Amino acid sequence: MAPVDITIGRRPSLDGALLGDTDPATQGGYPDHPPRMGFFTDTSVCIGCKACEVACKEWNAIPEDGLLFTGMSMDNSQGLGADTWRHVAFIEQRKPIAAQDPGVAHEGVDVTPLARQGSGTAAGQAAVTPTTPGDAGEFRWLMASDVCKHCTHAACLDVCPTGSLFRTEFGTVVVQEDICNGCGYCIPACPYGVIDQREGDGRAWKCTLCYDRLSVGQEPACAKSCPTNSIQFGPLDELRERADARLARLHEAGVIDARLYGRDPHDGVGGDGAFFLLLDEPEVYGLPPDPVVTTRDLPSMAKHVAAAAATLIGGALAAFAVGRWVS
Amino acid sequence: MAECHPVGFQWVMEAKARGAKVIHVDPRFTRTSALADIHVPLRAGTDIAFLGGIINYVLTNDKYFREYVVAYTNAGTILIEDYRDTEDLDGVFSGLDVDQRSYDFHTWQYEGMEVQAASGHRDLEYQDKAGGGNGRSRRSVHHSGRGEAHGSGGVAITGVPQVDPTLQHPRCVFQVLKRHYARYTPEMVSDICGVSVDTFLQVCKLLAENSGRERTSSFVYSVGWTQHTVGVQYIRTAAVLQQLLGNIGRPGGGIMALRGHASIQGSTDIPTLYNLLPGYIPMPHAHSNEDLDSFIEAESPKKGYWAQMRAYTVSLLKSWWGPAATPDNDFCFDYLPRLTGNHSTYETVMAQLAGECKGYFLLGENPAVGSANAKMQRLGMANLEWLVVRDFSLIESATWWKDGPEIESGELRPEDIGTEVFFLPAAAHTEKDGSFTNTQRMLQWHHQAVEPCGDARSDLWFTFHLGRKIREKLAASTDEMDRPILDLTWDYPTKGSLAEPEAEAVLAEINGWDAEGSPLSSYEQLKEDGSTACGCWIYCGVYSNAINQAARRKPAAQQDWIAKEWGWAWPANRRILYNRASADPDGKPWSARKALVWWDEDKAKWTGHDIPDFTATKSPHYRPPPGATGAAALAGVDPFVMQADGKSWLFVPAGLTDGPLPAHYEPQESPVPNLLYRQQRNPVRQITAMVHPHDRFEPSGGEPGTEVFPYVCSTYRIAEHHTAGGMSRFSPYLAELAPEFFCEVSPELATERRLEHAGWATIITARAAIEARVMVTERMTPMTVAGKRLHHVGLPYHWGHSGLATGDPANELAHLSLDPNVHIQEVKVLACDIQPGRRPRGRARDALVEEYQRRAGITERTGTEV
Repeated sequence: MAPVDITIGRRPSLDGALLGDTDPATQGGYPDHPPRMGFFTDTSVCIGCKACEVACKEWNAIPEDGLLFTGMSMDNSQGLGADTWRHVAFIEQRKPIAAQDPGVAHEGVDVTPLARQGSGTAAGQAAVTPTTPGDAGEFRWLMASDVCKHCTHAACLDVCPTGSLFRTEFGTVVVQEDICNGCGYCIPACPYGVIDQREGDGRAWKCTLCYDRLSVGQEPACAKSCPTNSIQFGPLDELRERADARLARLHEAGVIDARLYGRDPHDGVGGDGAFFLLLDEPEVYGLPPDPVVTTRDLPSMAKHVAAAAATLIGGALAAFAVGRWVS
Repeated sequence: MAECHPVGFQWVMEAKARGAKVIHVDPRFTRTSALADIHVPLRAGTDIAFLGGIINYVLTNDKYFREYVVAYTNAGTILIEDYRDTEDLDGVFSGLDVDQRSYDFHTWQYEGMEVQAASGHRDLEYQDKAGGGNGRSRRSVHHSGRGEAHGSGGVAITGVPQVDPTLQHPRCVFQVLKRHYARYTPEMVSDICGVSVDTFLQVCKLLAENSGRERTSSFVYSVGWTQHTVGVQYIRTAAVLQQLLGNIGRPGGGIMALRGHASIQGSTDIPTLYNLLPGYIPMPHAHSNEDLDSFIEAESPKKGYWAQMRAYTVSLLKSWWGPAATPDNDFCFDYLPRLTGNHSTYETVMAQLAGECKGYFLLGENPAVGSANAKMQRLGMANLEWLVVRDFSLIESATWWKDGPEIESGELRPEDIGTEVFFLPAAAHTEKDGSFTNTQRMLQWHHQAVEPCGDARSDLWFTFHLGRKIREKLAASTDEMDRPILDLTWDYPTKGSLAEPEAEAVLAEINGWDAEGSPLSSYEQLKEDGSTACGCWIYCGVYSNAINQAARRKPAAQQDWIAKEWGWAWPANRRILYNRASADPDGKPWSARKALVWWDEDKAKWTGHDIPDFTATKSPHYRPPPGATGAAALAGVDPFVMQADGKSWLFVPAGLTDGPLPAHYEPQESPVPNLLYRQQRNPVRQITAMVHPHDRFEPSGGEPGTEVFPYVCSTYRIAEHHTAGGMSRFSPYLAELAPEFFCEVSPELATERRLEHAGWATIITARAAIEARVMVTERMTPMTVAGKRLHHVGLPYHWGHSGLATGDPANELAHLSLDPNVHIQEVKVLACDIQPGRRPRGRARDALVEEYQRRAGITERTGTEV
């Protein structure tokens, strides 16, 4: 990819950006822009090596954020946050993987009550590594590298009052650290709980899809370091085609639980710029099953609010008038 | 492999995407298991029984590749009548000397031909060949050993072996092999290994179905196989199986040794081992009056490529001593140090404790955490005069004298320790030029990206300038003793403000040059007369045409699938060794699908995708005339060109100290008795030199006291950290991924011992007590072994007391009973107890260990029986 001039996009008008299958970069004010770039994270080939987590921190100079043994399988970084922009989830599960014989035997252990505690159980309270229930003798270990979804309709961007969050010419969503004032509006706005405020800093931080690397024709650090191509980077259209083909192959091979997540441009966020192939329900990976851009209803809410306000004011005036009249 | 070699695992994933079946055999369920088709959890320490069972399956169900086996292995070779198998002697081979704890290999010979070691312990025969043999030499050789000699060497001293191509003769190797493994039945495997019969047979079937003319299978192993008192025999069992299945010398076949870290292969080729010279030339022993002629006479064969050993050795001596090496002074052969015994790493620790070894260099090594019985490593270092540590950070091996466990407990006081410790910061691979040699024997060059920070310097810089300064100090010396240093060729050019030696100049020296100084292109050009110099004969060609061949990076898309122009593989840029075996005896590929090299009748030469590992113009129909020597003594159907008989060896008549065929022995410490033989352990495991109050062994099998240590524990690595942690625990981004030492146990064991998930546990052996956070996980599974339930305790070994991620080193628990061939420690399987809660502090910690010793009735003799 040729280097691209960095120009800061204009902010989209709310009405235009909140509906349907759109081209976010055009919406963002780049009439002539490179193709929309994104990630396809194929968790079926993830080996959980965490090279993505480390490469991301190294490249983006993200501080270490806690030396904590969690007891949550091999996951000690716990989730995405201000200081973890790639996060590998480890899910121990009583479920067969296609054609795989796990060779484990735990007939005597009742995993259901243990699993009920869920993977959010505080370390020390869980009696075993949190395990998803299933049949005894079946076992698999899912690994998945999570990241900011770079939504087509990004609520974080909508609510940012300073213009720190902006849409790039690649269709990605980036926070500008020198503009962010730490107001924190974006944090509850994110339907995935990705963006977060850094402790002792106050500003909001998240994956930039390595905007600096993209701008000089390099792929993001996580994708570059992934040894098994679980993290694939490229034009979103190509990635979607590739993902569809991979999904079809897995279904053919009998992996019927395989599904794409964030691939659909008609979902609640207009599709994700970073989407996934999962081997189970999204909830198993800690992902919301049906994310909706939290600013979706803003325009209609604004109308309702205006109407309600008018009604309220009208009512108040009426009450005042009536009151006066009564008294 | 996904756990410890995630980057290499991409190729397994690629093979899997093309339809390969991936079988993972490991006591624990790892990242590799998560991606495999089958995970087989087997009891740690039972792989020979498992693989032996597959050999038995292959033999009894006629699943072996018969044409391959008959043509290319020693299956038909007839053994002498004196040979007695473990089946005859209840677990030992003929020739066992119980007092010396060693084997006399003379009863393992071929009928009609005396055979010398192909690799390994070639020096066993020195006295026979040089005359005047006695028992003492055998013992000294046994205890000193010949290290990792990778498929090189081999000699027929005299005669022609008798061969039965029908494989029917009762004393032929094939029949001996059949009898040897006949009792390794699926039921026996299940009983010993804790693997179900169904799972075992599933593995057998998959392996057999995916081997033969049309298909090949490969084995990948790592230190899970080597770190045992029978480690070498583990690999041998896989070798026997792969020969029977026809999976050697063919694409997609082979046995891959994944090394501990980058370029360990390189450091065996150009060895950091005490018993080898570059290119697997043995280090001479201190035999009396041994000159170059008698060294070559004793060590080199008459047949096969090792017959040129004199040319390789003379060229090495010319490379080191240049003009000073002349025919008149035996090319400075006397400058080479001589072995007087075993100088392996653990013997060195014993020598430190005895006050014999006074100085120690640690270059990128952290034995205070990473070596077995870490306490003895520290006590050894506390008894030195000086210690030099070169590493990235202040690792435990550099700071034990002020903050180690013995300081904490009061056992040692810094003011009493006489060791002068020097710490020199080291440059990382990104800060220097150089090459890595990987498991495929491929050299890949890396270029310096940045200058090292502060005082950090490369190992090359350190070694070169240390040598330069020593030579300056000795310059005026007239002492004969200093000549080997003063006569060295030590004139490497340097560059930059740090005076960094040119790494490529070293590569050029390793490659070698002729009398005119032109780079050589092949080891076949090496001469005996001193007109060539070559630092490592197997690397000859890596700098041919004065081009750094290792630095080639032609993309895969621009060349064929064998990718000969990516890096450079020794020898002669061959990508698959012994690839003559990829063609049938007539020189035609066994199948179109698996074609690699073949005989082109029209052009009368070998050709194909890879560079043929064979004399290019030798017809498949060539038969050597009587009296032929060297490569000419091998027939056109002898693919294993480094072997004197040109065959691969199912049965090893010489070269291994602990038997010609692998047999299942229980580990040094095991809660389980040996179900196959009365002989519990490897009878010649290396143990006696190591007996020490801090290295007590536990009772095993059914002995009284075994029940005190009822669990099997195994040490291993996880993806988050690197070996003893020097490269990872001090880096915040890696430390936070696995911040504390933890042990892995099954829910059943947690219940049995009341272990709390994410709480603490204390793990105890006869050597030490350590504490770890507890990970209760279904990835660990209980097994049924010999009718009883058996639990494993999994111990990643990365942590120590320094750095950002800390914890007790698992290696505190380990003992010093070693493999007799290569002197490697048995840290992959120990017997232990585990209790909830943290370990005692101070003296109470030792008291706990002593209490366990008392309860188990441990004395200095426990576990030392033959």
